[in-house]
Amino acid sequence: MTRQEILSELKTVISPYTTNKEMLAGIDDQTDLIKDLKINSANLVDIIIDAEAKYDIEIDYDSADKMVNVGTCIDVISEKLSEKI
Amino acid sequence: MSKRVVVTGMGIVSPNGIGIPAFLHAIQNGISGIKFMPRYHDLNFSCQVAGMPAFEWESLKYKNYISEVTFHGLKGTNIGYGLAAALDAWADSGIGYETEEPRWETGCVFGNSIADTEAMKNVIAKVDNKEARKLGSRVVEQAMNSGVTSYISGRLGLGNKIITNSSACATGTQAILMGYEYIKDGYAKRMIVGSAEHVDTYVYGAFDSMRVLSRKFNDTPERASRPMSLTAGGFVPGSGAGALVLEDLDFALERGANIYAEVLGGSSNSGGQRQGGTMTAANSTGVTRCINEAMANSGISGEQIDLISGHLTATNADRQEIQTWSQALNRTGDNFPLTNSLKSMIGHCLSAAGSIETVASILQIVHGFVHPNINFEDPNPEITNLVSLDKLPVKMIKKEVNIVAKANFGFGDVNACLILSKYKK
Repeated sequence: MTRQEILSELKTVISPYTTNKEMLAGIDDQTDLIKDLKINSANLVDIIIDAEAKYDIEIDYDSADKMVNVGTCIDVISEKLSEKI
Repeated sequence: MSKRVVVTGMGIVSPNGIGIPAFLHAIQNGISGIKFMPRYHDLNFSCQVAGMPAFEWESLKYKNYISEVTFHGLKGTNIGYGLAAALDAWADSGIGYETEEPRWETGCVFGNSIADTEAMKNVIAKVDNKEARKLGSRVVEQAMNSGVTSYISGRLGLGNKIITNSSACATGTQAILMGYEYIKDGYAKRMIVGSAEHVDTYVYGAFDSMRVLSRKFNDTPERASRPMSLTAGGFVPGSGAGALVLEDLDFALERGANIYAEVLGGSSNSGGQRQGGTMTAANSTGVTRCINEAMANSGISGEQIDLISGHLTATNADRQEIQTWSQALNRTGDNFPLTNSLKSMIGHCLSAAGSIETVASILQIVHGFVHPNINFEDPNPEITNLVSLDKLPVKMIKKEVNIVAKANFGFGDVNACLILSKYKK
C-alpha cells in the first residue's frame, strides 16, 4: 500500500474527529492533528483505535506517541502493515 | 439581601411531546405518551409498556445541539435528552449558544439516576473480552454521573457552580430548588436546572422484579398509568428530561427577559427512614414537614395553593400522599385544592419526573389551565373520602392558577417540594 493510498484512507479515519473538513481535504505530511485539524487531544486515541480496526494492526503505546502529524501517522501505519506481511 | 428568582426559559423532552408547544398541546388535551414495548414482551417483563420520548437521536447533530465531532461517539441516551431540554430552555430564554468567554454568572444543577446501562454494556463486554484498550476516549465522560452537566456546561460555556444531583424520584425537584437557592443567596445570577432520565432495559427489569409496575394494561398501554384509581396497580416507567433557566429577577429585568413565573421557595428533606419511612416508603411526618417548610420559606399559607402537582405514581402510596397533603395544608373535601398527576399521561420519569412536572406546572400558571388526570375512571374511595372528586379533574379546566405546590418523593425516603407562583411585580 503506497503512502498516497494510506493518506487518502486516513482522511476517512480522521473525518469524524474534526470539524475542519476543508483543511482535511488538503492534508499533507506536515498537517498537525491537534494544531491544524483542531482535534481534541483525547480523541487521538480514538483515531488510533479506528486505524487499528481498519488495517487490522496493533499500534503499541510507543508508536502511538509518534502519531502527531499526518506524515508520522502514515509512517506508523506503513511500518505496522509491513510487519504483518 | 435575598433575591427573587424567576423562570425565563423552559425546555422539555417528554414521552407525550418534545418541545414546549407539543408538550403544552398534549397536557391540555390529555394525550398519553405510554406505548407498548415489544422488546419488553420478548424479555418476559410483567409490565410491557413505557413512556419513551419519540426523540430523534440525529437531531442532536442537525439541530446544532452539539458538534458533529461530539455527536460521533455519544451513546448516553440520558445525556442526549438532558442536552436537548437544557439547550431548548436556554434558547427559549433568549440567549444565544455561542460564547468565547465562560459565562461566570451562570451555573447548572442537573440531575440524573444512572448512566445509560445499555451503552455501558458494550464497555463491560470489551473489558471482559480483554479488549479494554479498544474502549476509546469517550466512555468515561458518559459513564460519570456528571456526564449530563458536563455536556450542558461545556456546550454553553457555563462558568459558575456546576453540580450533578441525584436523589431518586426527588432529583428534578431538588435540582430546581438548589439552583433557586444559589441565586436567592447571591452566588449566581442565572442557573440552568433540571434533570434527565433514560429508563434502560436493565433498570426497567429491576423495577419489574420489585412488582411495583403496572402489569394489567399491556394490551391498552394508554390506560396503564392510573394514579388515584381503584385499579392503580403500579407505575409505568417513563423517560425524558425537563429544564428551566432560573434568573435573579433584577438580572432578568435588566436584559428585558420574558418571565414565565417565580419560584417562591421550597424545601427538601428526608424522613430518615424512620416512623414508617423505609428505603422505598415515605415517612409521612417527613413529607408533612417538607411541605410545611416549603410554604413557610415561600411566605404562603396552605389556603393560597391553587393547584397541587402531586407525586402520585399510581401505587398504593397515592392514598397516603393525598392524606398527607390534606393534613399539611389543613384542607379537606370541597376545600382541597385542585390536584393532578402528569404521570397519568407520561408515566413516572423517575429522576426526570420533578423537572418535567415543574415545566407542566409553569405552563398551567402561564396559560391559565389545570391539566386533566387521565385514566381516572374508577376513583379510589379511600381518596375521595378525603377530598372531593371534582378537585381531581378528568377534563382540562380553564382557570387562573396563581400558586402551585409541586412535590416529589423518592427512594431513600427523600422529599422535595417547590412553591411556584405567577410572576407579579
